Amino acid sequence: MFKITWKIVLFLLIAFVSVAGIAFPIVENPRAWYEFPLIPGLEENAKIIFFHVPTAWLTVVAFLVSTVYSFKYLRRKNLDDDAKAYSSAQLGMVFCILATVTGAVWAKFAWGSFWSWDPRQTSIFALLLIYGALFALRSSIESEEKRATLSSVYSLIAFVTVPFFIFIMPRIMKGLHPGSADDTNAGPVVNFKMNSSMFLIFFLSLIGFTILYFWMWRLSYKSIIYRDKLDKKLIRG
Amino acid sequence: MSNYIVKAKEVTKTFGRRLIFEGISFYHKGNGIFGVSGPNGSGKSTLIKIVAGLLSPSRGKIEHKNQNKDIIPEKLHNHIGFVSPYLVLYEEFSAWENLNYFARIRGIRFEKERVESLLEHFLLFNRKDDLLKTYSSGMKQRMKFIFALMHNPELLILDEPTSNLDVEGKNSVYRIIREEGENNIVIIASNESTDLDLCSDVIHLDKYKN
Amino acid sequence: MKSKSFSLFLKDYHSELRTRYAINSLAMFIIVAISIIMFAVGQEKVSESLTGGLFWVVIFFTAMSGLSRAFVSEEERGTSLTLQLLSAPSTVFSGKLIFNIILVFCMNTIIALLYSALFETFIIRNFSLFILSFVLGNFGLAISSTIIAAIIAKAGAKGTLYPVLSFPILLPLILTSVQLTLFALDGTSIEQAKYELAIVVSYDVIMLTVSYLLFDFIWKD
Repeated sequence: MFKITWKIVLFLLIAFVSVAGIAFPIVENPRAWYEFPLIPGLEENAKIIFFHVPTAWLTVVAFLVSTVYSFKYLRRKNLDDDAKAYSSAQLGMVFCILATVTGAVWAKFAWGSFWSWDPRQTSIFALLLIYGALFALRSSIESEEKRATLSSVYSLIAFVTVPFFIFIMPRIMKGLHPGSADDTNAGPVVNFKMNSSMFLIFFLSLIGFTILYFWMWRLSYKSIIYRDKLDKKLIRG
Repeated sequence: MSNYIVKAKEVTKTFGRRLIFEGISFYHKGNGIFGVSGPNGSGKSTLIKIVAGLLSPSRGKIEHKNQNKDIIPEKLHNHIGFVSPYLVLYEEFSAWENLNYFARIRGIRFEKERVESLLEHFLLFNRKDDLLKTYSSGMKQRMKFIFALMHNPELLILDEPTSNLDVEGKNSVYRIIREEGENNIVIIASNESTDLDLCSDVIHLDKYKN
Repeated sequence: MKSKSFSLFLKDYHSELRTRYAINSLAMFIIVAISIIMFAVGQEKVSESLTGGLFWVVIFFTAMSGLSRAFVSEEERGTSLTLQLLSAPSTVFSGKLIFNIILVFCMNTIIALLYSALFETFIIRNFSLFILSFVLGNFGLAISSTIIAAIIAKAGAKGTLYPVLSFPILLPLILTSVQLTLFALDGTSIEQAKYELAIVVSYDVIMLTVSYLLFDFIWKD
C-alpha cells in the first residue's frame, strides 16, 4: 500500500510544482497566496528558480552520492557499490546537462548571452568534464573489477579538486549569477526578495526533485545489478 | 632451517561476481616443498599471487611471519622470491645491470659472490654483460630464477617453473628447488608431474570450487 | 626509503637514455606546438595576456604527450609485476614522481626560454614571482599527471584518454597558474599574488596526499 501511496504523492507534488511554478502570476504587490512578488531586473525570468536550482542541487547530490559509494567500493570491493556509484554518476550527468541548458537559456534572456564564463557556469562546466572523463574511462576498461577500482579512484581524485573552483573562480572572473558576491542588481534572490509563497513552491520543488532522484537512482542501480547477475547466470530470470 | 611461517585462513577469491576458489587453508613452517595444481583457469596463478601479496583475497587472510613477528605488507616483497611466466625483466639492460638495479631498488646490499655463483649455476655467467633482449626464452627463464633468489628469500613461489626449459635447464632448476627446500619454503604451481613429484603436499584446486 | 625510490628513478633515467621513449617525442612536441602557434599568429602582435595563456597551452599539451610514459612503458613491456615484486607501492610512486618532476622541469624551462626568445610581449617583469609560481606549478603538474598516468596505464588505454582524464584535474592548477604568469608579466608584487600562490601550494599538498593514499588501489590489481 505504502509503495503506491508515495508514488502518487510524488506525482501530485511534482505536478503541483510544475503548474504553480509556471502559471502563478508575478505582481507588484502580492496579496493572494498564489501571487509572486516582482523582482526588478528578473521579472518572469525569476521562475527559473523552481526548476533550475533543483537540477543544479541534484547534480551536486548525485556527485556526492557517487563519490561516497566509490569510497565504499574501495573499502569493501563489493560490485554493488560500484553499480550504485555508476548509476548515481549517470543521473548526475543528466541533471548536470539539464542545469547547464536551463541556466544557459535563462542567461540568454537575463544577461544577453548563452555563455559568459560566469564562475558558476565555469564550475558546472568542470563538473561536466569530470563526468565525461569518468564515462570515457569506464568505457575503455573491459574487466569489471578493474573498471570499478580505477573509476572509483578517479572520482575520488576529481572530488578533491572540485572545492578549488569555489576559491579560484571569484578571483579570476566576476560573478553575474544571482546569489554571488558581485551581484548587485538582481540578488541575492534566495535571501530576502522571495516571499513566503515563492519559498513554499521552491522548497516543495526541491523536495519533490530530490525524492525523484532517489527513486530513479534505486531503479537504475537495481537494474544494473540484476542485469549483471543474469548475465553471469547467478540468478534465474 | 628458516623461521618463516606462511599461513592461509579460509582464503576465497572472486573476480567480479565469479567465484574462483573458496575456503583454502594451509600452514607451512620452516622448510619444505609444496605444490598447487589444477586444470587451466582453476586459479593456480591467482592463489600464488594472493600468497605473494600481489592480490588481496576477497575473504579470508594470509599471514606471513618471520622469527615469530608479523611481516607488514610494505616489507613483504623482500622475503619472497617469485617466478612466473608473466614476469618480464628489463630488456634494455644486461643481466648484471638488471640485478644491480634490483638490489638497489629493494634497498639491500648487492651480494656480488652470491649473484656470481647463481649466474654460474644457471650457466649465464659468460653472458652477464649482454643485453637481455639478445637472450633466448630459456635463458630468460633461468634469469628469472636469479631474480627470485638473489636476495635470499625465505619463501620461494614458482609458477610453472620449468616451462621453456630444456632437460639440462630443468635439472638445474630441480637441483635448486631441492636445495632451497632444505632451508626455505617453496611453493610450486604447476601441472607437470615431474614438478609435482618434488612436493610433499599438493593442493588440488578443483576441490575448492563449491 | 628515499634511496630506494631514487634508485628506481636512476633505473628509469638509465632506461630512458637507452630507449629514448619520452625525451624525443617531448622535444619534437615542444617544437611542433610552438611553431603552430607562431604560424597561427603570423605577423600579428600578440597581447601580453594572450602569451601568458598560450604559454600554458603549450605546457599542458606537451605534458600530455610525454608524462604518461613513466607508467605506460612499464605496463606495455609487462615489467609492472617485476616492480611489484621489488618494492612497496609508495616507493614506486615516489620513483616515478621524481622522474616526472625532472622531466617537467626540463621541458618547461625549455618552453619558457623559447617563449621569451620568440615572443616580444613575453617579458617577465617580476622574475622572482615567475620562478616561484613556475616551480609550484611544475610540482602540481607532475604530481597530477603521474597519478593519472598510473590510472591510464592500468586501463590499457594508451594516448587519447590521458588528456581527457587529466584536464579536469589540472584545470584549477592551470587557471591559477595562468593568472600567476600574467601577474609576473605585469610586474605584480608577490604580496599581491599571495592568494593565488596559497591556492597552488594547497593544490600541490592535497594532490600529493591523495595520490599517495590512492596509489595502492591502482597499483595492486
